Amino acid sequence: MKVTIIGGGVAGIQTALALKGLGHDPVIIEKEDTLGGKLRGWHRLFPVMTPARDVLEPMLKQLRDQQIEVMASTEVQAIESDGVVTSRGKVESRATVVCSGFDLFDATLKEEYGYGIYDNVITSADLEQMMNNGKIALADGTQPHRIAFLHCVGSRDEKVQQRHCSKVCCVTGVKQAIEMRRWFPHSEIYNFYMDIRMFGPGYEEMYRSAQQEHGIQFIRGRISEAAPVKGGKVQIKAEDTLVGRPLKMTVDMLVLLIGMTAGCSNSRWTECTGLSQSDSHFMRPLDMFEGNVRSELPNVFYAGTVTSPKTIGESLNEANAAAMRVAAYLETL
Amino acid sequence: MIDFGFGVNTARAINMDTNDLDTAREIFDRLPDLQACMACGSCTATCTAGAITSFNFRKVHTLVRRGEYGEAYAEMSKCMLCGKCRLVCPRGINTRGVVLLIKKKLGDY
Repeated sequence: MKVTIIGGGVAGIQTALALKGLGHDPVIIEKEDTLGGKLRGWHRLFPVMTPARDVLEPMLKQLRDQQIEVMASTEVQAIESDGVVTSRGKVESRATVVCSGFDLFDATLKEEYGYGIYDNVITSADLEQMMNNGKIALADGTQPHRIAFLHCVGSRDEKVQQRHCSKVCCVTGVKQAIEMRRWFPHSEIYNFYMDIRMFGPGYEEMYRSAQQEHGIQFIRGRISEAAPVKGGKVQIKAEDTLVGRPLKMTVDMLVLLIGMTAGCSNSRWTECTGLSQSDSHFMRPLDMFEGNVRSELPNVFYAGTVTSPKTIGESLNEANAAAMRVAAYLETL
Repeated sequence: MIDFGFGVNTARAINMDTNDLDTAREIFDRLPDLQACMACGSCTATCTAGAITSFNFRKVHTLVRRGEYGEAYAEMSKCMLCGKCRLVCPRGINTRGVVLLIKKKLGDY
């Protein structure tokens, strides 16, 4: 039976593949002109530095091989009981899986760090892009010698209405610090953190290897402000909370580890259906356990970061789980 | 000179631009497992010297890592090398080795 999948990131693609495998007829509706979502922006993935394309390309190939229908450059305007309304007209279906993902936190909202104002303050997403382009350099084209990473930008921060933890930035900061060590073996690299949350398999080991084998320095304290100094450098201030003293240093490059913020389309899903959002504006699943890929409506399901920040692996798992739930639901019709 | 009762306070901030980080780097190079410290404080909690003096091993070696050597030698001299810290360290750091190395490197300070 026909199932619409909103969003063609990893969650949407995997949901489609799994549903096809279960004998259904999925259609992916993607607002961009290409599939892959945020995974396209990654260079390598934690915790074992897998090239992002090695994950995405085989999935896209399967999608083509199985001739799964994709409607690209198409925006979903409303979810209805018998399908979805898109910018190209109505698509009828028996069930809908919302895989519309997250948005990256807009670092310009944290003006005190000067993103978009000072040269050489970049985001973790910008750094991935630089690595994808094969060149990491300062604004003047030279190499950075001293690099600081700041964790929790747009996470755990009431000032920007982001109370939640974005989950993946800690390990991304550790991963990128190790990558920077490989690009610039003689650089000094510092990670400013409040808590290091290494929840996944191999993450803690990666953190330890960053400390011990790659000489990454971890300073517990949130950078309170950044200021430009002569020569395009940035002066940062923090408290070294482990010794209880303020600390300042000048760095060549400041990398902001930006968090995941709820997708901007979530309010649209709420308005048109009666579905609801959690306090952090991610979509609220039916419950946190057995119903974690189900919504408050019987024919609408969720997979991936539409409901909360998740890793690629977790999004893929949810996609498989959602496909199973959809198949079970379709059986009852 | 008339004493007006004013003084000048020196800045308390750890200045990573002017601090000499080379000595700290030499210490890491010799004992890289010190880098694996995750600041749990087990060493300090169980420290025999810390029970009767202000000695705080975790804090002193963290200051050394930031290039703040000022009182580190005198502080490390409070250690009696009993080794209880090494028994409790979850990262398996050779803490006694750290004490001895810091004292050796900072003897001149």
